[in-house]
Amino acid sequence: MVLILAYAAVLFSFASGILALLTNQRPRLETLGQKYLARFPKHQRCRNMLNDGFQESRYPILLRQSTFVLLGLSGLLALSAGLGVLIGQQVLTDQIPLGLPWLPWHVRFDGLSGFFFLIIGIAVIAISLYGPGYVQAYQEEKHPFAVLGLFTGLFVAGMLLVLLADDAFFFMIAWELMSVASYFLVAFQHENSANRRAAFLYLLMAEVGALAIILSFGVLASFSDGLTFDALRHANLSSTWASIAFVLALLGFGMKAGIVPIHVWLPEAHPVAPSHISALMSGVMLKVAVYGLIRFCFDLLGDVHWQWGVVLLGLGTLSALGGILYAMMQPNLKRLLAYSSVENIGIIFMVLGLAMIFMANGFPQLAALGLLAALFHAFNHALFKNLLFLGAGILQHQTHSLDIDSMGGLIKRMPQTSFLFLIGCMSISSLPLFNGFVSEWLAFQTALQVNVLDNGVLRSLIPVAAAALALTAALAAACFVKVFGLIFLGLPRSRNSEKAQEVEDKGMLLALKLLAGLCFFFGIFPSLIINLLNNVAKQLLGLSLPNDTALSWMWLAPVSAQKASYSPLLVLISVLIATGISFWFLRRNPETKTMRRSEAWDCGFGGLNARMQYSSSAFTMPFRRIFAKVWLIDEQITKDMQGAQDLDVAAIHYHLQVQDHSWPRLYQPIANAINQLARQVGRIQTGNIRVYLGYSFVTLILLLWVVSL
Amino acid sequence: MNWLLAVIQTMLFVALAPLLSGWLKWCKCHLQNRKAPSLLQPYRNLLKLTRKQPVVAEHASWIFTKSPYIVFSAMVLAASVVPLIAVDLPSAASADVIVLVGFFAFARFFLALAGLDIGTAFGGMGSSREMTISSLAEPAMLMAVFTLTMTASTTNLSLAIEHVLHEGLVLRPSFVFAMFALILVAIAETGRIPVDNPATHLELTMIHEAMILEYSGRHLALIEWASQLKLMLYGVLIANIFLPWGIAQGFSAQALSYGLLTIIGKLGVLAILLAISETLVAKMRLFRVQEYLSFAYLLGLLGMLSHIILEASR
Repeated sequence: MVLILAYAAVLFSFASGILALLTNQRPRLETLGQKYLARFPKHQRCRNMLNDGFQESRYPILLRQSTFVLLGLSGLLALSAGLGVLIGQQVLTDQIPLGLPWLPWHVRFDGLSGFFFLIIGIAVIAISLYGPGYVQAYQEEKHPFAVLGLFTGLFVAGMLLVLLADDAFFFMIAWELMSVASYFLVAFQHENSANRRAAFLYLLMAEVGALAIILSFGVLASFSDGLTFDALRHANLSSTWASIAFVLALLGFGMKAGIVPIHVWLPEAHPVAPSHISALMSGVMLKVAVYGLIRFCFDLLGDVHWQWGVVLLGLGTLSALGGILYAMMQPNLKRLLAYSSVENIGIIFMVLGLAMIFMANGFPQLAALGLLAALFHAFNHALFKNLLFLGAGILQHQTHSLDIDSMGGLIKRMPQTSFLFLIGCMSISSLPLFNGFVSEWLAFQTALQVNVLDNGVLRSLIPVAAAALALTAALAAACFVKVFGLIFLGLPRSRNSEKAQEVEDKGMLLALKLLAGLCFFFGIFPSLIINLLNNVAKQLLGLSLPNDTALSWMWLAPVSAQKASYSPLLVLISVLIATGISFWFLRRNPETKTMRRSEAWDCGFGGLNARMQYSSSAFTMPFRRIFAKVWLIDEQITKDMQGAQDLDVAAIHYHLQVQDHSWPRLYQPIANAINQLARQVGRIQTGNIRVYLGYSFVTLILLLWVVSL
Repeated sequence: MNWLLAVIQTMLFVALAPLLSGWLKWCKCHLQNRKAPSLLQPYRNLLKLTRKQPVVAEHASWIFTKSPYIVFSAMVLAASVVPLIAVDLPSAASADVIVLVGFFAFARFFLALAGLDIGTAFGGMGSSREMTISSLAEPAMLMAVFTLTMTASTTNLSLAIEHVLHEGLVLRPSFVFAMFALILVAIAETGRIPVDNPATHLELTMIHEAMILEYSGRHLALIEWASQLKLMLYGVLIANIFLPWGIAQGFSAQALSYGLLTIIGKLGVLAILLAISETLVAKMRLFRVQEYLSFAYLLGLLGMLSHIILEASR
């Protein structure tokens, strides 16, 4: 039953893609409909409805809406399928007679897949609410909806199929479907050459990553009989080969997930896609890569080594810190959000690394805690990153810009969007009462259990990583204070943001409200998700958190009540009481109750204008100075002089460019080496036909010789 | 009964906070050969401010007018978690020491947003600097706190303090390092000399004051009170974690009053030390704060390492 729901989710997303293809088929459909209805002359009302629907003006709107309704249904089905398998704690298997003749597609639907189904389901529902309003702005001639709708459907279907796959062959097909469909979505606005470049970079890195994944499956498969995951699970690997498989998988899945230093495609590709697609890519597709890594390491490889955990921990720390530091310097909102995804994926990898270390050292219960924290953070990141990307879409829609420095003062003009965006910012900055905090708290709790380990190096390394996590969280807070403060507060910095209006489409706001509400809800009642996740850990690691820990709906005490506890609900109630009392007490005097509005004081200087405000580069200047080595900074100040002897300054030009180190350090050398190699190979291509005939002749002789042996 | 006691302790915390800063000011004035205001002056200031009608800038949004309440509540909540006169109160279980750091972050987030809300250059300057300093201070603080929590193997503050009490007077090198780290962080986070100067306005080096320049009336009162609470919170953390002796372990009237007296004594001594250091040390340049905080982090790290190498029980 649950499996049927899962299949239906996939089918519905395919169907929404196919439906989108009908955008340009209005005349044909109309004649078809007329012909069909002519057989039933009595159904006048049906005919009227049909004629209504096929009016030239209404048809595209209707089609768009029904495409997104199908997509939304697919999300709803995925959500219920995920919940069903999580609550039922089942493992469902099936075979579909597709694919290679001797290898039908194997399907397995268990707790881990179910949990990621849940994530995709929620995200897709939000997208389907948001989409109809958002895509209206695209002109049909330049940006055909058929393309967007088709590949969105295929993309979602691909992601769902990856989660269902139970053999390496099927897995790779689904993986490629996901990658290639999202390539077309990144390249959707292809009139801009930068976008084409970003899309190509994405495709290139996705394929290199896929190659690494295929190789890692190959390593496993060569030690087992068959390509089904069941066979791979029983593969008997030496620890060297297991490590090779792990490194390949890490490269492949890490490239998709966007860990530093193989993250460069991410900040290029995510911002150029339409906003709801960026939300899907950042919020969900990266999670599918995390799913792949978890499935590969904890399920297929089984015996994890603590050294792998250290590698994951190190890479995770690097990504978390690097991601947020790079994010902070971005003036483009969507690029900033993309870099912040790198940070969050880094946090997930860190906690997964901890889980591996505990698992390998024989503490499966603590490993379960780590896995739980990682999965919960993946879930939370999907919620708030979707929220922020969709919010960025609204901002772009209303102000025609994504440049943080050209916005300002939008809280007055867009009160609802600003409030919902604020909730996203608070969640991602991991402030208490919101969901981001809970997963970070769990991560800290996992790291603090390090005392049980015997290895002294690990025991001193993990607390340092925890401190790096603290630094990341604090930097994220600074970054999102900047984002919210510059976009929504202060005075408007451009005409567009001065004239901006609240978005009119109800669906777009509803999507944001849904996600923001969930962010808050799971910040107050995290146990709901954690209990579900406990089942995943039980299936995957064979052990879950001890039952006697107070995993009630009000208290969160993952290890034991003596070690740590947190009750978001009590905190919320106390906050409300404290705020209520101070609010009531201070405003009891009717004479001073109202506030007097007047000009800003500004230390009495007066004459305040929008250009005097702190800008994005001003806000981050202290960070630029303190962490100067992290970026490649090109900062120039030039002065235009005038007057007698050129002594008066007429204008000052400030130029700032901040670049990622990984380009010149890692990618440029590789690109140069490939070019070099190509040039060497090019030497044998003389362009002279006689030489080519000579090559053919020599090859023929050689082959004949080989055959005759 | 226990919950009632927890509420009373929180109220006591909130009520005593202005007295601590009054005492600090009194000590400082005497050290600097000035005439000191009365110890009750902070209370009078707060009362005066609450009676005034607040003046708010035209561009201000709801963030600006609601932030004081949020900041104040966050600090009251933090105060409810930290054991002041007695351990083993039920409120301590609702949030542990990591959540406590979260409360500080919450208050700071809104204060920084409020600084950006009016659109003055001063506000942005203050927000930017506050976020910079706090993001460097937070890892140092957690490093110091982790040393404690790993020794006591709990992040619950009340239980950790009980653990230290049980162990008795043992000289732990890790605790010495962690204490100094926490003191340095406390000075930075509460905006004292040498990181920030609480006594000046209109200085281009100001941090905390720059954010709250536009506040007046009851809003200013709440923010002032919140920062006094923050000072006291750090004082109590240092006093009760590293020198917990005297804190009440039972709920008898005698134990509680003894606990109250000892914490007042400890805070009084800490304030004198702070006043002396503020008199002797000059404020440092903004971009030397990073070195100061890296030093604090280093101390925290040393504390952690010495715990792992010297003290861990294996």
